[in-house]
Amino acid sequence: MRLAFPLVASALLFSLGVFGVLARRNAVLVLMSVELMLNGVNINLVAFDAWWADALHAGQVLTLFVITIAAAEVGVGLAIVLLVFRNRGTSDLDDLGLLDERTESVGESAEPEAAR
Amino acid sequence: MIVVPLIVLIPFASAFIGLAVGWNRLAARRVAVVGAGIALGLAVYAAVAVWAGGPSVEIWGTVPTGWIPITVATRADGLGVTVGVMVTFVAFAVQVYSTAYMRPEPRYGSYAALVSLFTSAMLLVVFADDLVVLLVGWEVMGICSALLIGQHWERPEARAAAVKAFVVTRLGDVGMLAGILVLADLTGSFQISALQESAVASTTLTVGLVLLLCGVVGKSAQVPLHVWLPDAMAGPTPVSALIHAATMVAAGVFLVARLDSVFLLSPGALAVLAVVAATTMVLAALAALAQDDYKRVLAWSTSSQLAYMLGALAVGGYTAGLLHLLSHAAFKALLFLGAGVIAHAIGTTMLSGMGGLRRSMPLTYLMSTLGLAALMGLPPLGGFFSKESVLAAAEEAALHAGPLPPWAAWLVLLAGLFTVLVTAAYATRAWLLAFRGPTRSVSATAHDPPPPMRFALVMLAVPTVLLAALAFMPSVVVAMLNPGIGVPAEPAGPSISAGTAALSLALVGVGALSALAEWQRLGGRDPAVSLGPVGPLLADGFGVDRLYEAAIVRPVTALSRLVVAGDRDVVHAYVRGTGSAVRALGRVPQAAQAGRVQSYVTAGLAFVVVLALAGAGASWW
Repeated sequence: MRLAFPLVASALLFSLGVFGVLARRNAVLVLMSVELMLNGVNINLVAFDAWWADALHAGQVLTLFVITIAAAEVGVGLAIVLLVFRNRGTSDLDDLGLLDERTESVGESAEPEAAR
Repeated sequence: MIVVPLIVLIPFASAFIGLAVGWNRLAARRVAVVGAGIALGLAVYAAVAVWAGGPSVEIWGTVPTGWIPITVATRADGLGVTVGVMVTFVAFAVQVYSTAYMRPEPRYGSYAALVSLFTSAMLLVVFADDLVVLLVGWEVMGICSALLIGQHWERPEARAAAVKAFVVTRLGDVGMLAGILVLADLTGSFQISALQESAVASTTLTVGLVLLLCGVVGKSAQVPLHVWLPDAMAGPTPVSALIHAATMVAAGVFLVARLDSVFLLSPGALAVLAVVAATTMVLAALAALAQDDYKRVLAWSTSSQLAYMLGALAVGGYTAGLLHLLSHAAFKALLFLGAGVIAHAIGTTMLSGMGGLRRSMPLTYLMSTLGLAALMGLPPLGGFFSKESVLAAAEEAALHAGPLPPWAAWLVLLAGLFTVLVTAAYATRAWLLAFRGPTRSVSATAHDPPPPMRFALVMLAVPTVLLAALAFMPSVVVAMLNPGIGVPAEPAGPSISAGTAALSLALVGVGALSALAEWQRLGGRDPAVSLGPVGPLLADGFGVDRLYEAAIVRPVTALSRLVVAGDRDVVHAYVRGTGSAVRALGRVPQAAQAGRVQSYVTAGLAFVVVLALAGAGASWW
C-alpha cells in the first residue's frame, strides 16, 4: 500500500481535531477533538512503523502507550469538566475566563495608597 | 591622680550595672546608692588631696582629628574638686531619697541608671580640661535630663516637656560648639588650661566667648532660652532637685567660672553676660511670684538664682558666684526634696491644694522653712552670705573701674537688689500657702516621709546652714576654689558690704512683710490675687512661651508642612507617574490575556505553523 494514503488520512484526522479544539465552545467536544488529534498521530505512528519494517516495532508500542495515556487523560479531563459544570452551570469555554488578566482590578485601586 | 577618672567612671559603671540588674529592684537600689556613695568618697578624697597638694592637669591620651587634636585631659583643681564634692553629695542624697520616693515606680531600674549616668556626665564636665571632652559630658547631661523629664512618658505634658528641654538646650549648644571651634582656632588647642595660658584680648576671643555663652544660657535657663526649665518640672521631683536645681543648670555657671580668667579679658562678653543675668533674675523672680505649682515657683526661682551667679561672675566676683552656686545647690535641692515629700504625702504640688502642712509634717516644715529662708537670704544661713557677697561684688564693680563697663555693673547691682525684694515676697507667699493657714482635709492625713527621705533632707540641711561659715573665712574660700591656672585677681575672697547688706535686709523685710500683710488681709488666701491683671501674665511667664509658639514653632511647622507637600506633590509625583505610565503601557499586551484558552492555543498553533514553514523554506532554499 502506498504510504501516502494513511498519512493523508492521519493528516485529515489531526486537522479535524485541531479545528475542533480551536473552534468548539463545549469543553466535552474539545476533549473529543483532542482524542481525534491523538488518533491521527496513532495512525501516523503505525503507518511509519510498517513502512520502516522496524524490528522492535517502536511505533506500535508507542501507539499503545498513547492509547493508554489518552484514556487516562480523558478520564481526568471529563472529571474536571463535570466538576466545572456542577459548580458553574456551564461548560462553555468562553465563560470560563478566570485566567483573564483584565478582571484583576482590586490591586489597581489599592496601589496608590500604598505608595504614599 | 588616678582617682579623678575613677570619680567619673564609677557612676558610669554603676549606670550600666544598674541597668543590667534593673529587673531586681533591690539590686538596682544598692548599685545606685553604692555607686553614688563611692563617688562621693572619692571626690572628698580628691578634694583633700588637691587642697593639700595643689592642682594638677593630666593628659590621658590624645585623639587625632586631622585638625587640632582632642586632648583627653583631666584637671583636678580647687574649683573642680569643690564642685565635684557638691555634685556627688547632692547625687548621693538624691539616690538615697529616690529609693523611697520612687518605690511605686515601675521603671525604677532605668531611672536610677540614668541618674547615675547623669552624675558621671556632670563629673566629666567638672573635671575635664578639654573643651571637647567637656562638651561630651555636657551633651550626655542634656540627654539624661530630657530622658528623666520624660520618666512618666504616659503623661503628654511630660513627653512635651522632655522634647522642649532637649530642643531648647540644643539650640544653645549649637552656639556653644561654634564657640569652642572659634576658641580652639584662636589658641590652637582644645585644652582649657592652654586657652587660659595663651588667651589675649581680641575681637575673635569676644566672638568665641559670646557663642560659648549661648550654651551657658541654654543650660542655665537664662533669658531667652529659659522656657524649658519650668516645664521640666513634669519630671520626678528628685530629678528636679538634682538636675534642674543643683547640678546640670549650674554647669553653665561652672563653665563661665572655669573660663573666668578668659572672660575677664573680654569686656564685651562680660557685658552680654551681665545683661542676660540682670534680665533673667528680675523676670524669673517676678514669674515665680504668681505660680500656683510649688515646683514651678522653685523652677523660676532657680532661673533667677542662677542669674545671680552669672551676674557675680560678670562683675568679677569669682568666689562670690561660686559660693552662691554651692549654697544654692544645697538649699534648692533641699527645697525640691521637701516639695517631693509633700507630693508624696498629699499627691499634688499645687499650692492651692496645700495649707496647714506644718502640723502634719513637722520635719518637712522645718526643712522647707530653712530652705526658703536661705532662698530669701535671711542671716545666718548660707544663702544670706553668698547672696550678700554677690551684691558686694556688684557694688565693688559699679563703684570702681573693673573689666566690666560700669553701666553693666550698675544694672546687675540694681537688678540684684530688686530681685531680693521679689524673692522675699514669693518665698514668703509659697511658705504661707503651703505650711501655714488652716489645715485642708487632704493635708490632715499627710505625714512625714519614710527614713531614706528624711535622711536626704537632713543631709542637705547641714550644708544649707553650715556653708555660712565659709563667709567668715574669705582666704579659705579663695584657696578652696583656686583654679591653679588663670587665678582671678581677687585676693580678698568673698566679702560683705555693710551698705548693700543693710539695704537688702530691708528689702527682704519689705517683701516678706508685704506678702504676709496681703495674706492676712485676704484671710489666708493667695496673696498673688492682689497683683490684679498682672498676676496671670506673671503666671504665664510673660507669655514668652506663646510668643515663641507664634514666632518660631508655628512658622517652622508651616515650613515643614510645605516641605512635606513639596515632597509628596512634586518629587513623589514623578515616582508615582513612572508607575502609572508603565501600568498604562502594560494594558496594551494585557488585552491578549483575555482568559480564552482557545485563542491561546490558536496563537500557539500559528506560531508552530510559522516555525514549520520557516524551517521548510530554509531547508528548501
